[in-house]
Amino acid sequence: MSQTVSPAISQSADRRVADVELCQVSKSFGEDTAVNTIDLTIQEGEFFSILGPSGCGKTTTLRLIAGFEQPTTGKIIIQGQEMSRTPAHRRSVNTVFQSYALFNHMTVKDNIAFGLRIKGMGRSPMQQRVADALRLVKMEAFSNRYPAQLSGGQKQRVALARALVNRPAVMLLDEPLGALDLKLRKEMQVELSNLHQQLGITFVMVTHDQEEALSLSDRIAVMNDGNIEQIGSPKEIYDHPTTPFVADFIGDTNLLKGVVAFADHHLLKIQTPEGTTVLAQPSANMPADLKTAVVSVRPEKIHLSQEPPPDEGNCYSGYVKHVMYLGTHLHCVVQLQTGECLTVMQPSRTGLSWASTTPIYASWLPTDCLALAA
Amino acid sequence: MSASLSKSRLQGLGTTIRHRCQQLLGPLALLGPAGIWLLLFLVLPTLLILDISLVPDLRPEDVGGAYGLGNYSRVFNPFDPRFDSVYLQVIWRSVYYATVSTIACLVLGFPVAYWLAIMAPRRWRNFLVVAFILPLWTSSLLRSYAWISILRPTGLLNTFITWLSDLIPGVDLPTQNWLYSSAAVFVGLTYNFLPYMVLILYASLEKLDISLLEAAADLGANPRQTFWKVTVPQTLPGIAAGCLLVFITSMGDFVVPTLLGGASSMTISRLIYNQFLGITRNWGLGSALSMILILAVSLAIALLLKYGDRDSVKEA
Repeated sequence: MSQTVSPAISQSADRRVADVELCQVSKSFGEDTAVNTIDLTIQEGEFFSILGPSGCGKTTTLRLIAGFEQPTTGKIIIQGQEMSRTPAHRRSVNTVFQSYALFNHMTVKDNIAFGLRIKGMGRSPMQQRVADALRLVKMEAFSNRYPAQLSGGQKQRVALARALVNRPAVMLLDEPLGALDLKLRKEMQVELSNLHQQLGITFVMVTHDQEEALSLSDRIAVMNDGNIEQIGSPKEIYDHPTTPFVADFIGDTNLLKGVVAFADHHLLKIQTPEGTTVLAQPSANMPADLKTAVVSVRPEKIHLSQEPPPDEGNCYSGYVKHVMYLGTHLHCVVQLQTGECLTVMQPSRTGLSWASTTPIYASWLPTDCLALAA
Repeated sequence: MSASLSKSRLQGLGTTIRHRCQQLLGPLALLGPAGIWLLLFLVLPTLLILDISLVPDLRPEDVGGAYGLGNYSRVFNPFDPRFDSVYLQVIWRSVYYATVSTIACLVLGFPVAYWLAIMAPRRWRNFLVVAFILPLWTSSLLRSYAWISILRPTGLLNTFITWLSDLIPGVDLPTQNWLYSSAAVFVGLTYNFLPYMVLILYASLEKLDISLLEAAADLGANPRQTFWKVTVPQTLPGIAAGCLLVFITSMGDFVVPTLLGGASSMTISRLIYNQFLGITRNWGLGSALSMILILAVSLAIALLLKYGDRDSVKEA
């Protein structure tokens, strides 16, 4: 996974102007609440992703920013101006649609020129801008084709160019790579990232693909059920999730739920119903007087051995129930003696060959796992 | 040896031919009934009309006559001593009625179809469409009689006008016989064919991708610009299909101009009727006028097939 954040951007992020602000925004469709009172601040020039499972309200959030939906309550501020009730055609944002939404009665060139033509731009500067946009997305050769004559990846590029050519304050991308196959998606990820760095425009992308969000974004908002669970850099989200949902949704994890037996600033002792005692680091936002907690431990942090490891920490006996070979890694399911099952990732070179009857030890350091408020 | 070989080859050939025949006969057997139907009741009568139209002034009691272009010449050739401009006037009036009622149907029908396809609540949509085409379930004749009772001197319209004049002091709206005028024909044609227009436009608008409208708004187009630059071009095939259908049916309609139109609103369909069943009884001229109508309508259909959206015509 390549980290595309340039240090300059992430360091100066808090000193920059907010480009998009959502204050206490909620959106209901009849009985259903799609977005439930969220607050969001997106900085100028940032690559911001809204990540979540389908139906979590991420697309509705994007549509609220674009102006296709009006918030039920709350305010939407774009570049310092309140825009909550402003119709889409008067907002300085442009959208790349999941379905591309290209005008199939116009050529590629006319599709891209649409926004400029509406603004009443003169012929020659418009042609220049369209040519620049075509070059930017490497589609010069296709300017006179119709959308029906293009492949999915090419349509994607035209959709990007059609939005970019207007030089919007904010680019909104709704699952921009969702309809592409894996290889093309990887290529377009790199191109999106390059475009963002080249243009310095704020990008707001909606995706359900956590890898895409982690590799492209400066910051990510993880949404679930209409709420924002956590906002942070990809590293923060992955290493320091603040809720069990985020821990589970971003990457793989093992969640162990239990009662807090002991707590101080550095360490929590949690007793699971099965009787396992787990030592864990408390997460940053954890309240002091917590009764129950969930421990999240990443599969790659768990170590398997035949002898109990010398260092103090979490160590449990069990046996390997199932092993899957995944090329670089082995994916193991370890059954603990107390009854819980853990997912463990081991590098292939360790060459696990224990029979399912051999007793083994699964261990990890308290600093390698995180206790979260349940 | 060679004889037996050629014999088996011959047998093989026989099987192939039989197989080919089956391949050819299968589709023919399926096409047969409809084909015979079309041949007997469409192609042959049309040829018969063509034949009669080429005999000048053939009357029903005539056994036959010399072929000639006299009937057509009477309509089109100003140097013909029997030329009468009234025929061209009638043809022109028919085109005019059809054009105006087509435009009226489009202007009235588009907002309705747009509302039905895009804005109406989804679960009411089918019900509303059915409600809108409900008038088609009664015969066009009955619907025209309904208009007579509205437009006649003692009809609903005049009653309403009188009531309005009494209600507002100082205003005296004139009542008149609205029947037997061009306006009555326009109203009748538009009323009769509006459901067809709505149905075809609905089929076309229903397929319109809403995200295209959002994309246009996103790129800065206001609702009016979105309508003219995206909605209309996207539904142009449906608009063309709807207009041509209404135009063709209005052109050939006989009931409305006969019942609602007066002496001054003679159309080609009424003229043809008069030639065959009316007092003039000139079958030759009537056939020629029929051929002119058939050719004009065929031309419109050809245009429809070339530029129209075949799918939305089929769906309607």
